This record gives sequence, structure tokens and C-alpha cells, in this order.
Amino acid sequence: MAAEALAELGAVSWRAPTDERFLRRYARIWLCWTVAYTVPFLAAAIGLMLLEPLSFPVALASLAHAWIIPELYAFRGASVLRPKGPRNEGSEPVAQGLLGDLLGHEPRELQRRTGLAIQRSGMGVWVVGEAGAVLLAPGGRRAHCFCVRVTDRELPPSDRIAHLLLALRTDEQGFATVANHAFCGAPWRVRRRLPVAMRPALDAARAVARGG
Amino acid sequence: MSKLIRMDASGHTTLAEWTQEDQAGFDAAVREFRTALDEGCIAVLDQGEGQAEQVRELPRDAGLVIMRRPIAGG
Repeated sequence: MAAEALAELGAVSWRAPTDERFLRRYARIWLCWTVAYTVPFLAAAIGLMLLEPLSFPVALASLAHAWIIPELYAFRGASVLRPKGPRNEGSEPVAQGLLGDLLGHEPRELQRRTGLAIQRSGMGVWVVGEAGAVLLAPGGRRAHCFCVRVTDRELPPSDRIAHLLLALRTDEQGFATVANHAFCGAPWRVRRRLPVAMRPALDAARAVARGG
Repeated sequence: MSKLIRMDASGHTTLAEWTQEDQAGFDAAVREFRTALDEGCIAVLDQGEGQAEQVRELPRDAGLVIMRRPIAGG
């Protein structure tokens, strides 16, 4: 039986399908964009120092821009996995039980420790959070960060993850198409901006993406 | 025993349970299923191994059918 397209795709019918080819192209665009907003600041800093060493405060400010802007983009990427919304601690254990049933043994233990679920799929390895997901492309050298969430904000955190996980399992390409692409870059750039407790999930996903 | 659940603010709520031989139980489950669909829920049958299937009719032989809310780009 052919897999059915994700029901939510009807709401974003104008979007091109986010498949592996689309993601490769998007990664190249992100790389060019990063170079375009970093290199001019670096060049300006070097140029200023060569022309007039006394202008070093301006050169320093230029270097700071070259460092801060990529950091802000990486922060935006990592933010898709951060906990968001009400904790609903009363109903969370019930939701946690259902999510645990959907996951295998190792991903379940990892989810309990980190709050993130890992899902291996056709386009790579996904790390799924409450309000977003990160796709590690095969090889683990590129992380695509997506903002996507369930529309009901009253759900406990594990139910929000379960919603995204079930949608991803139903139609991976549709899931990536519905989601908003927030960032693409090296996984280490995302990792250093993640809360420490969440990093093992990204590490584990990267190891799987590398074939480890 | 088959089960129809809806993920909600309580974690999840069991809407119906039925067995292969229990026609009345299955009929009640179908009513709950259609009500949830009318409320905007999407029915998913988790198949394990990272696969799930959307269903528009309640499968009688399903183990667990989960009603979820729609997702959207954040």
C-alpha cells in the first residue's frame, strides 16, 4: 500500500516538497549565505588594520559581528529543540508512558534522560523535541533544524513529542514540508547552543547518521 | 483487545475498546472515531519500526489507534 500524504500538507499546498534534493540545495544556500555575511566583516577588520592600526576598535567590532551573527543563527537552530510551553506536570507521566510505548528500548531511555526522541528515517536521523526537530543528514555532517509543533498547547510535553513523532512516521517528506526550516549548519554549531542535558541525544543521532 | 485513544491535556484518554467478536463495542468505537475526526483529529495507526499510517476508517483488527491533533510549522 502506498503511504498516504500527511493530512496537514493541504495547509501548505504552495510549498515545494522538502525532499533530500531540496535539503541539499538548501544546505548549499545556507553555506553561501553564511559566507556572505561573515567574510565581509572579516575582510573589513583585516583591511582596517592594514590601513590604519589605530582603527583597531572598529576592526574589533567588525570581527565581533562576524562571530555573533552566525552564533545567533545557530542559537535559532538549537532553539527548535528547547522545552517550550506549559509543563503540565500532572498529566506528563501518562503522556510519557504512551511516548515510551512508541519508542524502542534505547530511544526510550535516551528520551527520558534528554527529553528528546530519536527517529531513524529515510532522509537521515531525526531528533524530535516538543516544538521542533533536527534532521541529521546521512554522514552526520549537516543538521537541518525545523520549527514544527502541535496546535494544541495544553498537551503535556511528551504528547507534543508523540504528535510530531507520529506525523514524521506517517510521511517524512510531508513532515519536513509542513515544518518551517529554521537553520542549516554543522551539528557542532547546534550542539554548543543546546542545554547540556539534551546534548547526548544529538550525539547519539549523529553517531547513527555516521553509521556508528 | 483493540483500543482507540485520543492524546489530550490529561496525557491520553481511552475513547473505546473492543474485541474482534464484540460488535457493539466496535460500533461504539466507530462512533467515537468519527466524532474525533469531526473535531479535527487525525487518526494514526502506529506500525512500529518507525512507520505509522493515517486511517480514515477504524480498522477492526487494529491494536492501537491514536487520535492526534494537527501539527503546523512554528
